Amino acid sequence: MNAPFPSRPVGLLAELTHRCPLACPYCSNPLELDARERELDTTTWKRVFSEAASVGILQLHLSGGEPASRRDLVELVAHAASLGLYSNLITSGIGLTQVLVTKLAEAGLDHVQLSIQDSEPQSADHIAGYKGAFARKLEVASFVTEAGLPLTVNAVIHRANVRRAGAMVELAVRLGARRVEIAHTQYYGWGAKNRGLLMPSREEAEAAIEVVERLKTQLSGTIVVDHVAPDYHARYPKPCMSGWAKRTLNVTPAGKVLPCHAAELIPELEFWNVADHSLEEIWNDSPAFNAFRGDDWMREPCRSCSRKSIDFGGCRCQAFMLSGDARNADPVCHLSPHHQLVETILAEARVDTQEPQPYAYRRMRPSQAVTRERLDISAE
Amino acid sequence: MTGESALALSGASRPRLPRGVRLKHDDVRNEWLLLAPERVLKTNAIAVEILKRCSGEQSLDAIVDDLASTFSAERSRVETDVRALLTELATKRLVDL
Repeated sequence: MNAPFPSRPVGLLAELTHRCPLACPYCSNPLELDARERELDTTTWKRVFSEAASVGILQLHLSGGEPASRRDLVELVAHAASLGLYSNLITSGIGLTQVLVTKLAEAGLDHVQLSIQDSEPQSADHIAGYKGAFARKLEVASFVTEAGLPLTVNAVIHRANVRRAGAMVELAVRLGARRVEIAHTQYYGWGAKNRGLLMPSREEAEAAIEVVERLKTQLSGTIVVDHVAPDYHARYPKPCMSGWAKRTLNVTPAGKVLPCHAAELIPELEFWNVADHSLEEIWNDSPAFNAFRGDDWMREPCRSCSRKSIDFGGCRCQAFMLSGDARNADPVCHLSPHHQLVETILAEARVDTQEPQPYAYRRMRPSQAVTRERLDISAE
Repeated sequence: MTGESALALSGASRPRLPRGVRLKHDDVRNEWLLLAPERVLKTNAIAVEILKRCSGEQSLDAIVDDLASTFSAERSRVETDVRALLTELATKRLVDL
């Protein structure tokens, strides 16, 4: 198939801001963060949401950074609700007060996804780079359930917490979550920068997968467990984004529209901005979205592979990052001529020593630090 | 609690879609969809009729009676369909019983 006419997108990830009180070393935001001054204003975000609804978007993920850093969050949620969009708040919890959570629920918010860093408070706070974060998150979970909102707990798994993957599922149950995501770290951006400190040993990763899969069965009907396995250990690559530019799009704080949150890693791509084009134009015609649609771009071994319609050759960003060319097979695939690169990286895997790791924390550069200090998390 | 959701499906249960799960007619695609956390489920015509009645007001028995008479269908067949759908959705925490 030659670059087919694109299907309609179902999901939009709106990165409302890159400001965040936490500093998680695996953050999915790019290394170059957008400063507050570059963020889209309220009117523009509302226009983007309206365009999203008319292009066929069903679910709107309000993310960041910490979306509660935006003072207009309630107004944005209310607008999404008026359009019939299913709104999902992806939050660290820091900056959410009980009053704010109640207002968001009244404005029509559909769902809250709250991150936790570990089930051990001290370790959790060290990973987040924020003292007291863990205790605060437990409080926020109760604000969410008391407001009648459904809660998902999200936990990213890496060397420092891999032994407690099961404990985090159990914590999610205690917090009243109906769903939990246990996601092994993906190594892009900050995750790639900290890879040597994050990569768990194969034995510990496999033990964690087994525990979580067992809990998934045991807790069926109590909590839904969505499990993202570590792709570096896999035989075939993940079907990244269910195919490039097929189902979702991502708008950065400054309005750049990406096929996935890591796509800016690939230097050859040209992204369009919501300031210059409608979302529909961007979805249909922007060079970045059309770059890897269909399979004309594929090389061997993907091109003649029977799995190309299953995993789409894996992840374009990972192919670029590891092999230097986004058109190559994702080196995670054992059929990739670059697979040895993954084996080399796996040699960085270590058993955790339970010592606090000297992470390169996700922070804005010094020139952006002023913005960070003005972070408005007091809420009303 | 594990696995009890299916057993808890008595005729007196009043199934309802919890907050965060919405049945929506998508005008862009012209189809009924069930929207849930990180999920969009396509629904066939039978499922739509069942889910429209899951408001927490009608009991399962009443929903079955209603559907059987509305569509002039055999009650036992309707009941089988309703129970199968609700059990599956309750396991995924998409319906509260």
